[in-house]
Amino acid sequence: MSVLVFLENWDGKFKKLSFELVSYASKVAEMLGDQAIALTIGKVEDPELEKLSTYGAAKVIAIENEAFKALDDQAYTSLIADVALKTEAKVLVLANNNTGKALAPRLSVRLKAGVASGVSKLPVSTNPFVVYKKVFSGKAFANVAIKTDVKILTLAQNSFDLIESPKDFISEKLAIKPDEQLLKTTVKEVQKQTGKILITDADIVVSGGRGMKSPDNWGPLVELAGLLGAATACSRPVSDEGWRSHDEHTGQTGKIIAPNLYFAIGISGATQHLAGISSSKFIVAINTDKDAPIFEAAQYGIVGDAAKILPKLVDAVKEMKSK
Amino acid sequence: MKILVCISNVPDTTTKVKFVDDSKKLDVNGIQWVINPWDELALTRALELKDDAANGVQTVTVAHVGLVSSDPTIRKALAIGADDAIRVNTESGDAYSIAAQLADAVKDGGFDVILCGIESSDHNGSTVGGMLAEFLGCPSVTGVSSVKFENAQAVITRELDGAKEILTLPTPFVAVVQKGIAKEPRIAAMRGIMMARSKPIKVVEPQAIDSLTEVLGYEMPKARAACKYVSADDAGQLISLLQNEAKVF
Ligand SMILES: Cc1cc2nc3c(=O)[nH]c(=O)nc-3n(C[C@H](O)[C@H](O)[C@H](O)COP(=O)(O)OP(=O)(O)OC[C@H]3O[C@@H](n4cnc5c(N)ncnc54)[C@H](O)[C@@H]3O)c2cc1C
Ligand SMILES: Nc1ncnc2c1ncn2[C@@H]1O[C@H](COP(=O)(O)O)[C@@H](O)[C@H]1O
Repeated sequence: MSVLVFLENWDGKFKKLSFELVSYASKVAEMLGDQAIALTIGKVEDPELEKLSTYGAAKVIAIENEAFKALDDQAYTSLIADVALKTEAKVLVLANNNTGKALAPRLSVRLKAGVASGVSKLPVSTNPFVVYKKVFSGKAFANVAIKTDVKILTLAQNSFDLIESPKDFISEKLAIKPDEQLLKTTVKEVQKQTGKILITDADIVVSGGRGMKSPDNWGPLVELAGLLGAATACSRPVSDEGWRSHDEHTGQTGKIIAPNLYFAIGISGATQHLAGISSSKFIVAINTDKDAPIFEAAQYGIVGDAAKILPKLVDAVKEMKSK
Repeated sequence: MKILVCISNVPDTTTKVKFVDDSKKLDVNGIQWVINPWDELALTRALELKDDAANGVQTVTVAHVGLVSSDPTIRKALAIGADDAIRVNTESGDAYSIAAQLADAVKDGGFDVILCGIESSDHNGSTVGGMLAEFLGCPSVTGVSSVKFENAQAVITRELDGAKEILTLPTPFVAVVQKGIAKEPRIAAMRGIMMARSKPIKVVEPQAIDSLTEVLGYEMPKARAACKYVSADDAGQLISLLQNEAKVF
């Protein structure tokens, strides 16, 4: 029996999310007295695969075939389901990103396995199998029992700490030919986002709202983010008005993120905005209105004009870095 | 070409949620129910596609699993412009049972494009669309920010971590849509509201399908520590608090 964790790769590389997934899967395996098995599809070299054993994968199964280059929901589902059966997986773990959201539900039907998505903690109990998950966009949580023999969990990014528990590196390379009938997704063009930290990956996110007043005032915010190695983000009206690009918009209808630190600058803190950021470990609010709802969600706050405060923060970070 | 949009009926996004029955059930008192925001955008896009005759879209149907109490939400979708509706007459269970009911109700409907939202704002499952596709045995694509037709071929933009992909899929398929699919939700005009009254809602009796998961109880989020204020004149102090107290750098 096993806990099977599916890992996507980015040009043959894993990222922090991948190691969070393996750390999580090996802890769940420990709870069940099983072992965690990692599954990758795509070309990944051994040294990269070996990293997975550092975080507790007892075995790494790598499936390499050009035909699986692009994500095809049906072909991937079929592959993962086969491996799940072969490894007698009791629990499948995937990321709660668009790849996981594409595959987990199909696997659920294929394996008749109940899904709990967006979990951020280890199961509350394993018999019955109960997990704690966010509902109502973060306004509440639920304890959800999964009643099937096989369970599927998708893990929220940045919500589970990396845990090193090195195992011997045991890998199995499978050359599986896809069922041509299943491959129906034809990718014509891939536009990679390069040179920019993805807001879903970032440990620190510096975000601006309508209180930034104009697209021309973003200089110090971007500078602050740059100094902190942070990603920049914004509220919905800011992206709607084209002050910032659409992929920066956080909230219920934008990106849902959980960084260590989120700066909400000139953002009122509407519930739809909070829905995207309330899982951040620390929230800093900067707002001229002392009654803005964002201060209820924040741990640190400054009541004042962003235009005056941002340069001071930039200076303070420069000073911190010079020490 | 026929388009189907699956809609869920959710509390308005500004609702302050409360629970009753030993925190086992949502307190529905005073809740205003709306079409799930993603589904509203999906419907808007479906209608935009229908507006352009070149796309050859004949009908836009909405489907919902829920009791008669959901009818006002379905009527709203009809008022916005959907041609007809299917409602599977059962209290919605977990995502698996919803998808199974939907699949059974729509499998013979001849739908070419099926749109679902990326998540419903109540259970935040992000699963019904993919499950429906697997039940129907058709391809699916998740994280869709654009759907259009070029020479009768569906051209789809998918957003994955760090990459945007332009892809094509044969029909029928399920597209699970997210930000970008439509700009603003289309709103119902008076004429639409009048017309909606006479548009058909086909009520389908449910299959016997069990849920695979069960909500044992709800909890409110743990209260966060009160906000600690730093004076605006001494803004730099914030950075040292973040460094030494919160230890985030
Ligand atoms: C279905 C639905 C979904 C939505 N989804 C999202 C979503 O995903 N994300 C999202 O962000 N919104 C979303 N919204 C919109 C949301 O309701 C708010 O309108 C939006 O978040 C407000 O953005 P804001 O805080 O930037 O602007 P405002 O609400 O206008 O707030 C600006 C803030 O800046 C402060 N301010 C003004 N001047 C200064 C200054 N000089 N220095 C510092 N502070 C200043 C003001 O006091 C105010 O608090 C959604 C709405 C709906 C109905
Ligand atoms: N009761 C329902 N009836 C019809 N469609 C639904 C229902 N619940 C969810 N959906 C569809 O599935 C999408 C994702 O919902 P969920 O998987 O619950 O997050 C929604 O945006 C709808 O398109």
